[in-house]
Amino acid sequence: MTSTNYILKAEGINKSFGAVIAANDININIQSGEKVSLIGSNGAGKTTFMNMVTGYLKPDTGSIIFENEDITQLNPRNITQKGISRSFQIPQIFEPMTAWENLLVALGTSQENHSFFKSARSKENSEYIDEILNRFSLNEFAHRQVSELPGGVRKLLDIAMALVRKPKILLLDEPTSGVGSEEKYPLMDTIAKALSGENLTVIFVEHDMDIVQNYSDRIIAFYSGSVIADGNSKEVLGDSKVKEYVTGKTQLKVN
Amino acid sequence: MFDEILTIFLDGAIYASWLFIVALGLTFVFGVLKILNIAHGGIYALGAYSTATLVPIFYSLGMPEELVVLAMLFSALAVAIVITPIMERVILRRFYGQDEVLIVLVTYAIYLVLEDVQKIIWGMKSFYVSEPREILGAVEMGSLYYVGYDLALIGLAIFCGLALWLSLNKTKSGKIVLAVIHNPEISGCMGVNINKVYLAAFFVGAFFAALAGSFTAPLISVQVGISVAVVIESFAVVIIGGLGSIPGAVIGALIIGMARAACVHKLPEAEIFIMYLCMAGMLIFRPKGLFQGAQARKI
Amino acid sequence: MTHKFYNNLIVQSIFLMSVLIIVGLFIPNWLVFVITKAIAYGLVALGIVTLMRGGLVSFGQGFVFAIGGYTAGLLGTQAGLTDAVLLLFISFLFTGFVGLIFGPLLARYRDIFFAMLSLAFSMVLYGVLIKIDAIGGSDGFVLPESTYFGILPSSDYADYALYVVSIILTGIVSVLLRYYYNSTPGLIALAVRENELRVEYLGASAFRVTVLNFTIAAGLGGMGGALNGIALGHIDPEFSYWTTSGEFVFISILAGYLSVPAVFLAALLLELVRSFSGRYFPDTWQLILGVFLILSIIYIPTGIGSFFKKFMDKLNKKKNE
Repeated sequence: MTSTNYILKAEGINKSFGAVIAANDININIQSGEKVSLIGSNGAGKTTFMNMVTGYLKPDTGSIIFENEDITQLNPRNITQKGISRSFQIPQIFEPMTAWENLLVALGTSQENHSFFKSARSKENSEYIDEILNRFSLNEFAHRQVSELPGGVRKLLDIAMALVRKPKILLLDEPTSGVGSEEKYPLMDTIAKALSGENLTVIFVEHDMDIVQNYSDRIIAFYSGSVIADGNSKEVLGDSKVKEYVTGKTQLKVN
Repeated sequence: MFDEILTIFLDGAIYASWLFIVALGLTFVFGVLKILNIAHGGIYALGAYSTATLVPIFYSLGMPEELVVLAMLFSALAVAIVITPIMERVILRRFYGQDEVLIVLVTYAIYLVLEDVQKIIWGMKSFYVSEPREILGAVEMGSLYYVGYDLALIGLAIFCGLALWLSLNKTKSGKIVLAVIHNPEISGCMGVNINKVYLAAFFVGAFFAALAGSFTAPLISVQVGISVAVVIESFAVVIIGGLGSIPGAVIGALIIGMARAACVHKLPEAEIFIMYLCMAGMLIFRPKGLFQGAQARKI
Repeated sequence: MTHKFYNNLIVQSIFLMSVLIIVGLFIPNWLVFVITKAIAYGLVALGIVTLMRGGLVSFGQGFVFAIGGYTAGLLGTQAGLTDAVLLLFISFLFTGFVGLIFGPLLARYRDIFFAMLSLAFSMVLYGVLIKIDAIGGSDGFVLPESTYFGILPSSDYADYALYVVSIILTGIVSVLLRYYYNSTPGLIALAVRENELRVEYLGASAFRVTVLNFTIAAGLGGMGGALNGIALGHIDPEFSYWTTSGEFVFISILAGYLSVPAVFLAALLLELVRSFSGRYFPDTWQLILGVFLILSIIYIPTGIGSFFKKFMDKLNKKKNE
């Protein structure tokens, strides 16, 4: 196994919360540029995995290697600085600020050597933020307070903020949850469009199997803390265990 | 040597008992209403003043001396009955659910008001009501003499703590209060009248503050400014024990009581700030206090 | 655009400072003194406001207030340093340094725990100051009269000289803080207030922001303490007492965190309420203060700064149209 090909490797990850096993010997290798979706019912361990990759949780055993560097014990800030960004199931945005200001904060956090005598609203910063807003088709919402914005726009802004720093890996935690079913596809299209053109590795958690099939080139299925299938959509969605434990249930899911 | 240790221990226990009764009310109110009540010290002072007023009246009516405790209890009750609706219903109610620090500031404002209310009612005079302190005589322990009343305070503190703990854990209404502490929203949905629980909890807290004042009155000269030190001392206790915890208040009061008694006898220079040191030290090493688990943050 | 904003800001500040300095010549001496004291308190409150922008409220600014006051006082009595400007500046630097040491210790705490720990520190200092007889114990000590660039003003003009210094100082501090608030670190502080976790996930350190704000707040608190000590000509452990700290929090909440001038206005309001009720209702000024405080929290929960901001926003809109 040559490690150099993989941008992210999870090796032998175990994690339990009391009696609940959230990760059971998880081994995942991800190549640069892959678009990977994580599927599984609630509590299967997808979000726990994401939280461990981004440093919010520490695995009990095992290690997480990013670009040949062990990041298992780093905190979320250091991991973000190394090049792994994430979005959240419930958008974590700064409510009293405008969308534009939210992105300004995101941009500010990605810069070094701040001056205390230079306004954050400089011309260079403004231009870059306008460009991001454009990529995510958010222009019309730029100067509105984000607490008033509709759910889908909030989701997009949350992702846009994660992307400002130009990460190498982007983790999206249920990008379409909390959004009406007719809005899901336009939302995913906007996200896909915004992420295209960069050799970005994307890992996302998703419950909608149509979206999973359409927007990812690899699927990893979780069940009660273990990976039960890993491969392209045909292999994984055709897998009998996946049918029994994952997709079978999602049809019962009420949207 | 042994006498010295015993003295420190008993002095500490008496001081801790007094502290505990004040802190018990403070921590209980915080537990239920999530309010760190600076005005608690003001209620304490009102309890002391009302006892200083009622006890002489009690004697002048020619009542039996031994029943003076009833007058003291009554004065504490009266203070709680008067102060609770004004503070909880009229003022604090407006701020539920808001930032904890903002509510602290509101109670600070109420504290300021209570300070002057005391001056308006009782003036700048000092009151002495040492008579109740004599009803239990003195207790001889080897070469040491202790006033029986002082030692009885230890019993009162134990009684107050147990009474509150048992009524919370063993009675139906106590369990409702525990449910509200745990999750007010869900309790509200289940049909619990939250407003009533808050009012009752505040009443209990105010009663303990006033009770501590009432029973301290015979030990001190009741005068302007007695509340100011109580505020910070009881804060220190609940911070050390963990906000909202009754066992925490026991431990916190014992730590401060013993540390202070030890300082009085061995290192008088440190007496004034030993409790603040205890509080700062506890916050540094265990910020949530001894009896409060870490709260998980969800994302 | 931003250059224009700052040029305007500086011009406006200089204009306002000049007006106040001239006005100071015509108002009665007691008012000059009240304004100077309000500025001293306002500087400390401005520190709390800076912390508030990062989501924290300190209930123990008496700690730095006392350190600043005692620094100025001891430099005066022990080292013979009486130049007011120099004393204020040294107190600022020294307490800022103290803040830099205590900041990392306190920056791990939030909400009520931060408030209580800062309170604990101020009360420890209070206990220590009371016990040190060499610096006056609970009585404190008297400061020597201040000089200004080598000149000792006549007693008629002593208050006015300090008034002028404090006005200029306030102008400079206010403009610098506005620069900081508008800068990228200042913006990140506001984000920390809203959602610290997200700030960490964006790759910035909430801890560093908090230490920075704490250091600034400490420096301002120390300068305020020095100014208050010089204005009173006396310093005592009450500077570090919790009720003193409570007044600073009061001013900051009354002002809100949106506007710098609002802080000084709130401080002036407090000083005026205090001196009027102290004069006409000497026994009930705490009652008046308490009622005033409760009413202002109920009716202007976002502080008088929010009026300022609304007004400025309207003004800007009109300009743009």
